[in-house]
Amino acid sequence: MSGDHAAGLDTFPKLLAANARIRGGKPASREKDYGIWQTWTWSEVADEVRALACGLAALGFKRGDRLAIIGDNRPHLYWSMPAAQAVGGVPVPIYQDSVADEMQYVLAHAECRFAVVENQEQVDKLLEIKDRLPLLETIIYHFPRGMRHYTQDFLHLYADVQDKGRAFDAANAGFYDGEVAKGAGGDLAIMVYTSGTTGRPKGVMLSADNLIQTARNAADWEGLTDDDEMLAYLPMAWVGDHIFSVAQAFTHGFCVACPESAETVLQDLREIGPTYFFAPPRIFENILTTVMIRIEDAAPWKQRMFHYFMDLAGRVGRDILDGKPVPFADRVKYRLGEFLVYGPLKNVLGLTRMRLGYTAGEAIGPDIFDFYRSLGLNLKQLYGSTEASVFITIQPNGDIRSDSVGVPAPGVDIRIADTGEVLFKSPGVFHAYYKDDDATAETKTADGWVHTGDAGFLDADGHLKIIDRAKDVGRLTDGTLFAPKYLENKLKFFPFVSEAVTFGDGRDYVAAFINMDLEAVGNWAERRGLAYTGYTDLAGRPEVLELVADCVDKVNADLAQDDKLAGSQIKRFLILHKELDADDGELTRTRKVRRSVITERYGDLIAALYSDQDHCEVTATVTFEDGRTDTIHADLKIRDAKVIPPGAAQAAA
Amino acid sequence: MPDGPQTPTGRVIGDVIMKVENVSLSFGGVRALDNVSFDVREHEILAIIGPNGAGKSSMLNCINGFYHPQEGAITYKGKRRDTAKPYEAAEEGIARTFQNIALFKGMSTLDNIMTGRGLKMKRNLFWQALYYGPALKEELEHRAKAEEVIDFLEIEAIRKTPVGRLPYGLQKRVELGRALAAEPDLLLLDEPMAGMNHEEKEDMVRYILDVNDEYGTTIVLIEHDMSVVMDISDRVVVLDYGKKLAAGTPDEVKRNQDVIDAYLGVSHD
Repeated sequence: MSGDHAAGLDTFPKLLAANARIRGGKPASREKDYGIWQTWTWSEVADEVRALACGLAALGFKRGDRLAIIGDNRPHLYWSMPAAQAVGGVPVPIYQDSVADEMQYVLAHAECRFAVVENQEQVDKLLEIKDRLPLLETIIYHFPRGMRHYTQDFLHLYADVQDKGRAFDAANAGFYDGEVAKGAGGDLAIMVYTSGTTGRPKGVMLSADNLIQTARNAADWEGLTDDDEMLAYLPMAWVGDHIFSVAQAFTHGFCVACPESAETVLQDLREIGPTYFFAPPRIFENILTTVMIRIEDAAPWKQRMFHYFMDLAGRVGRDILDGKPVPFADRVKYRLGEFLVYGPLKNVLGLTRMRLGYTAGEAIGPDIFDFYRSLGLNLKQLYGSTEASVFITIQPNGDIRSDSVGVPAPGVDIRIADTGEVLFKSPGVFHAYYKDDDATAETKTADGWVHTGDAGFLDADGHLKIIDRAKDVGRLTDGTLFAPKYLENKLKFFPFVSEAVTFGDGRDYVAAFINMDLEAVGNWAERRGLAYTGYTDLAGRPEVLELVADCVDKVNADLAQDDKLAGSQIKRFLILHKELDADDGELTRTRKVRRSVITERYGDLIAALYSDQDHCEVTATVTFEDGRTDTIHADLKIRDAKVIPPGAAQAAA
Repeated sequence: MPDGPQTPTGRVIGDVIMKVENVSLSFGGVRALDNVSFDVREHEILAIIGPNGAGKSSMLNCINGFYHPQEGAITYKGKRRDTAKPYEAAEEGIARTFQNIALFKGMSTLDNIMTGRGLKMKRNLFWQALYYGPALKEELEHRAKAEEVIDFLEIEAIRKTPVGRLPYGLQKRVELGRALAAEPDLLLLDEPMAGMNHEEKEDMVRYILDVNDEYGTTIVLIEHDMSVVMDISDRVVVLDYGKKLAAGTPDEVKRNQDVIDAYLGVSHD
């Protein structure tokens, strides 16, 4: 497709027109509606987008205006992006589950005059904050349900706007094509607000060139074609979804399917059978946990068959996938396994057709990663950021190392600063943070290198390894290196642990908060006939404490093997009485731990970890989805873990 | 009275759709209902409240023909129907849910909702068994209607899940779905929110209001949660020991001294 770029396809509306011309009859969007998959071809999508773009113009949308987009993944909301761009506007997708205040900040900061939203729920949210948003003029909603008694004249039904657009188009022939032709690659194509691990979200400005070139480079490198199919189920406001489900779909012409609802994703996955799939490690982890729980409920002979073939796959599966030599007998057995176990399993998971799978966002457990690869699924890790239009490094086919995030993606240069921080430069490098020159100058050097904020190093073969956030890497009082994320990930690789927070910078030893995984531990408890009333109760059980202690001991044993990290073994830990939650501000919307919030909120617990107390009483506030709050009381037990002295590591091993 | 009072959401309450006149029902020596009269108007939400054993469920059972009152008359759409059978009630557009969920536990959500379409299926057993031609076409039409209900109640994710495996709150929603599938004019809900947590109750209230608003369905419900009753109903009928204690708007009923003594009680503040 690189020839197309020379032909002037430098914006999304132009790419859309080209797709309608080249592959007009091929599917572009799918959505399950009333239980049946509906499909729109590229030429139908081009018509829908044209009608909406003209409708926006008819309502007074001008070049340079911002269009807020709020809702679950729906084709109609995706179409509003090229529609806004076609008439010179900038789409600003906003996380649909953000509460009204968060939404107000982004809408005000981005100066949105128009908003396209999914349904009544989002309209209500906007109406609640509209008084504080003097710039917001027009709200367009897609689903009419429940909207009958809304009489405000600034509310418009999506389909009505399109009808207006069709009339406008008929009356103003040449308007749409003229507006599209005015667009250029250097134009601002989208503003993506980062989830904000620290402070307020920042508006990352990405140009059409940024997105299109980055998307095209990566898709060419992976050999994607217009026969591929993607399931778009991650938030539209996340840059990754924009690259996978919009930019790459537009440059390479493949079909993007939207799930029926957030709860049906796994069923929809099975029905669509995508060939190209992205999921954060958490989802792969959840799928594996579910499979393992179901297998434990299966008949004994099925369990034996499953374990026999999974052992075989664990031994030879990855080598077969990487094209490495494997004994003939094992190949034959692997084929049989494909027929009896791997094939049916992939079918149940909806991954039968998957040719390329990515995972990113945080480290994936080696066991989990290997499980999928040994089934013959080409799952790869990538490392990216919003500021890079996603791709920085990708694991190359045939050379996957589970402890690295791969080699630089095409067109990307990587440099390691003296501080150990990773810097990159690429065609995808963002233009600036909107209205925040200080932050831009802090992140992007004058000559175009971008600070990732991650500490890492390139190994001898050019593979990048990430240790932790550069600012999070600390030292214990005795000078031992302390990489919290690294330890937390090791803990989270156990199915019983869903989240962990470690402390140690400037302290004498490492201590940890642990969240148990309710599903896995609940199932474990059920098997042992252990009755419990809920999360807090189960988390407080001594049996569960022992179970988790076992996981911590294993992590320590593992750390003891490594000279540099042996000193940062976890000495004391406790199991938290509640799950860390984005609604309580403890996690970001992409479920990363907000360390500062936790340090502040659980100061007493941290103090207890660094004292000789063996329990600590706590009162915490939880926020429900509708905004109400409640308090929980609990008495948490603190437990010492087994620490292996560095010298004894060899003997223990 | 074609254009009656308007509710806050803009619905227009219509004519009387059902009249209950001097109905009495006894089981042996127990007088479950004693000379109860009230009427139900089109498009309204009417709540029946009262202490345990007041005869609320018996009243619903009389309306849908499960019990037949010994005395009095029930007139629905101008027709006497106090001796009608439940299936006749269903055919005339009266659907209901039950206090104790009465779904087919082993069947999926979709199949349960499809059973609500049973009375509307006109092809005979032969055609349906053949599953071809007109029967197939009919099946598709009914399936489309069932999918509308699934979409309405937002239960897509459990479409194929056996109902017995669902949590209580969802089962209640499926039961409402089955009643809705029959496209009723009058919907009887027997404690739709019993045993639910706060969030589930809020959901259920929203669905009840939506049904009433979108489809104009008249709703008679029994409910114990007073905040819900006072919030959503247009009128309230209060029963106590089988007798009608009071009737009127939620505000009138709330102020009625008899009702406070018998049921609501006084707040201790």
